[in-house]
Amino acid sequence: MDKLMETFEKNDPVALGRVLKEVESQSEKGYEILKRTNKEKGKAHVIGITGPPGAGKSTLTSKLCKQLVNKGFTIGIICVDPTSPFTGGALLGDRIRMQELAKLPNVFIKSLATRGSLGGMAHSTADIVQLMDSFGKDIIIIETVGVGQVEFDVLEISDSVVLIGVPGLGDAIQTVKAGIMEIADIYVVNQADRPGADESVKDLKLMIKESERKDWKPSVLKTIATEQEGISELIDELERHKTHLITTKAWEKKRKERNYNRFVGRLDEIVHESVEGQFKTNPKTQSIIEQVKEGTMNPFSAANKIAEYIIKS
Amino acid sequence: MDKKIKIVTVKLGLDIHWRGIVVLSRMLRDAGMEVVYLGNQFPEQIVEAAIQEGADVIGLSTLGGNHMSLGPKVVELLREKGIDDIMVIMGGVIPEEDVPALKEKGIAEVFGPETKVDSIVSFVESELEKENVK
Repeated sequence: MDKLMETFEKNDPVALGRVLKEVESQSEKGYEILKRTNKEKGKAHVIGITGPPGAGKSTLTSKLCKQLVNKGFTIGIICVDPTSPFTGGALLGDRIRMQELAKLPNVFIKSLATRGSLGGMAHSTADIVQLMDSFGKDIIIIETVGVGQVEFDVLEISDSVVLIGVPGLGDAIQTVKAGIMEIADIYVVNQADRPGADESVKDLKLMIKESERKDWKPSVLKTIATEQEGISELIDELERHKTHLITTKAWEKKRKERNYNRFVGRLDEIVHESVEGQFKTNPKTQSIIEQVKEGTMNPFSAANKIAEYIIKS
Repeated sequence: MDKKIKIVTVKLGLDIHWRGIVVLSRMLRDAGMEVVYLGNQFPEQIVEAAIQEGADVIGLSTLGGNHMSLGPKVVELLREKGIDDIMVIMGGVIPEEDVPALKEKGIAEVFGPETKVDSIVSFVESELEKENVK
C-alpha cells in the first residue's frame, strides 16, 4: 500500500490505474486511498459533457482532448456507459471513439459502468475525479451516459457543463421544458451539417435570453466533431467560463458544496448498508416483512415500525 | 458491492474481422462482465488501455495470422511494466500447433472456433478466483 502510494505520488500512470481500480470496486483499500489523497485536490477544471445517445459526446470529447493536449494540458477522461438492469454486465464503448488519443502522452481514459446509478454517472465518479485531480491532471472531462431529460448528477461534479444536442430533436417547446435543458453552461449543437441546425441554435438562444439566470449567459455553439469544426471555439468558451467561476468565487463555492455532498452521500451509504444488513438478518423484522409481502400489514406502518426499531437498537 | 470482472477486448493489430469479437463482447456483457471494447489496437496501446481501465483480463481476437508475433508481445509489455495480475487470453483462427508456444509465452488460454461462451466465462472466473485466493 505504501509502495503503491509512493509510485502514485511519482506520477506513475500504472499506479494511477491500480489506485482507480481499487476505488472503482469500492474496496476497503480504495477508501483508504481516498482518505490519504484528500488534501491535494480542487485544482483541476472539471468539465461535464452530457447529451442524448449518439449526439457525438465521445467524438467531441476526443477532438476536444486532442486540442487541449496540443496546448500542453494533461487530461483525465472518465466515460460512463450503462449497466444492464438484467445481467449487471456492461459494454463500455466510448473508448473506441477515442482511438486517436491512445498515442498521446498525458491522457488517461477510464471507462465506468453505471452499476445501478440513475443520474447519468457511475457511483464512483466523484472519487475518480478526486484521484485524477490529486495525480495532477489539469483538466478532467466527464462524459455521461446518453441522457434523457433528468440526469443531473453531472451538475454536482462538474465546474462547467456542456450539453450536446443535435439538429431535429424537437421544436421550441422542448427547450422551454424544465430539466436537463436548464443545467448547461455551454450549449453545443453538434452534427451541425445536418438540416435544422440553425433552427436548433435559434431555439436555444431564445430560451437562454428568456432564462432567469443572471450570473452567466450560456453561449450556443455549432460543431461538427468529426471534422474538428467548432472545437477551438468550445475551448475558448470553456476557458471563459472557468475565468468567470474564479472571479465570481463560484469556483470555491462549488468545491465546498461538492465536499459536503460527498460526505452526505457516503453517510447515506453507510446508514443504508447497516440498516439493510440489520433488517435482512434480524429475526424480529422478518415477521413484519412476511406480513408486508402477504398484504396483511401495510407498507407504511411496517416501514415506520422497522425504522423505529433499528434507530432505537 | 460484488466485484465485477472487467475485460478489455480488442482486435489485434490490423486484422479486420471484427464481427466475432463484437458478438463475443456482447455475450460477455450478458454474462455480467464489464467489457471495454477497443476496436483495433497494437500491443503498446492495448497494455496502456488495460492499465488505465484496471482490467482483470485482456481478450485478443485475431484471424489474421499475427497471433505469434503480436500476442506474446502483449504479455511481454505487461511484464516489463511489472504487471502480473492481468490475464491475457486469445481467440480466433489460430492453428493448434501454435497453441503450446503461445501458452509458453504467457497466454493463459487460446479459444478456437466453435468455443462455447460459457467455457470462456467459466475459465476466466475460475482463473480469477485462483488469483484472489493467492
